[in-house]
Amino acid sequence: MSDMQDYNSSLSDAATSRKYETFSYLPPLSKESTRAQIQYIVDKGWNPGIEHTEPENARSNYWYMWKLPLFGETDVDAILAEIEACHKAHPKNHVRLMGFDNYSQSAGTAMVVYRGVSV
Amino acid sequence: MAKKYDAGVKEYRETYWMPEYTPKDTDLLACFKITPQEGVPREEVAAAVAAESSTGTWTTVWTDLLTDLDYYKGRAYAIEDVPGDDTCFYAFVAYPIDLFEEGSVVNVLTSLVGNVFGFKALRALRLEDIRFPVAYVMTCNGPPQGIQVERDILNKYGRPLLGCTIKPKLGLSAKNYGRACYEGLRGGLDFTKDDENVNSQPFMRWRHRFDFVMEAIHKAEAETGERKGHYLNVTAPTADEMMRRAEYAKEIGAPIIMHDYLTGGLSANTQLAKWCQNNGMLLHIHRAMHAVLDRNPHHGIHFRVLTKVLRLSGGDHLHSGTVVGKLEGDRDATLGWIDIMRDSFIKEDRSRGIFFDQDWGSMPGVIPVASGGIHVWHMPALVAIFGDDSCLQFGGGTLGHPWGNAAGAAANRVAVEACVEARNSGVEIEKEGKDILTKAAKHSPELKIAMETWKEIKFEFDTVDKIDVAHK
Repeated sequence: MSDMQDYNSSLSDAATSRKYETFSYLPPLSKESTRAQIQYIVDKGWNPGIEHTEPENARSNYWYMWKLPLFGETDVDAILAEIEACHKAHPKNHVRLMGFDNYSQSAGTAMVVYRGVSV
Repeated sequence: MAKKYDAGVKEYRETYWMPEYTPKDTDLLACFKITPQEGVPREEVAAAVAAESSTGTWTTVWTDLLTDLDYYKGRAYAIEDVPGDDTCFYAFVAYPIDLFEEGSVVNVLTSLVGNVFGFKALRALRLEDIRFPVAYVMTCNGPPQGIQVERDILNKYGRPLLGCTIKPKLGLSAKNYGRACYEGLRGGLDFTKDDENVNSQPFMRWRHRFDFVMEAIHKAEAETGERKGHYLNVTAPTADEMMRRAEYAKEIGAPIIMHDYLTGGLSANTQLAKWCQNNGMLLHIHRAMHAVLDRNPHHGIHFRVLTKVLRLSGGDHLHSGTVVGKLEGDRDATLGWIDIMRDSFIKEDRSRGIFFDQDWGSMPGVIPVASGGIHVWHMPALVAIFGDDSCLQFGGGTLGHPWGNAAGAAANRVAVEACVEARNSGVEIEKEGKDILTKAAKHSPELKIAMETWKEIKFEFDTVDKIDVAHK
């Protein structure tokens, strides 16, 4: 039993336990990996969008939109700059990158790029 | 000019073999693989199959002349060799759409795989594929919600969904069962699942199971902040009882229920699917009994037909086989029926065993579920084969983790996310699978132990039912 590890998760420890879907079980995305994920969204022909929320309200369907989705934007640097700007304006919030697929009328992907500060 | 009545037995091919016939867009087309009795000509057997699965019987009857039989009859319009197998041949039959009740796969199957399968002039018969005309498709209700709506309901985008069937299959009390679900869900699964034969046995009546499992879902959701579900199996002895269980699942807030569409029956399934659509519930479909029907290469109903039948009858998830796990499934054929589940138009492609173009109109898709003897080492192949719109279900591969269900779930969640991240970055994940998992395990002790536990387990048996290809 001694080498068995306890699974550390609880209602009271939000910072450790709360997740936010795709990639939230991996370490935070590196700059390089974020760029690759943005490129993936662009290559798929999806429209990038940026949203943010206070971590305690993350379960809502509707996070705050950062401006409008970046319709037709394919420049990875420009998209990254908007993510940075959103993070700078809301440093304690989760910031997530969406890839909106207008054919399926759904999101092709969604991932938190900046992890907020849980209270 | 009106015909005269001429009693007696005619050869089927005089009426039902029509090689000059061009199928209409509204015809329902079927491809049968026929193994005839020796000495019976192919055209005669093909015509007999067309006759017995539509208007014909073994003798002429006077009432034939009271209708326009030439309009209503099924027509055998083509015959082809089966590549690599001289004992049988393919026969293509066209049926006018009026032969079938609207929105009733029950009626279609009763004709196409009815008496004809016991016909003495045949040694064996297999229904390989059906082309449902879009005009017929649009009369069916189909999947209750569909793939995109499910993603929106569950808030899960850009990755396969993760599930786990609770084991042991039978014998747990409701409270212990709920514990097993809770542990899996808090560790990072999206779903846990009732095994197919968990219905309402003396050791665990359905209502207690539903109550305890719902508490597990609520707590895991509060703890992880993510949306969770458990496929509450409502398969029951009667359709009334099935509906009672479904209503209760809705009352306690369950997002998804489950049904076995073959053993439970297509009529019950279609009823349940329609109810799910009207009540905002997702419907997971299990396929117990399918291998009885679809595994013999010469006799029965191919799974691609059973797939189409389920999409029409209604379900949001359907078990598809894994290719890599413990259960039968040829890779190309599996890719074929995965397309049939998800896509809106599928082109004829004999290399995947698809005999007809299939247009689904506006009917939503079904999420394929890969389940059965898979573990974390299979993850790169599963993500590559199935893509995002799939549900990967690890039963033993979650619950068998040396540290328990939560750790097993976390290991699979880390593995699936690592594979998706790598794939999105342009990495060939099947080739680089080992590196991806090894790297991910550096920050996940749960994954590291899972990889050590299941390293050597493989299921490398040859497939029994293969795509027909030439051998000479």
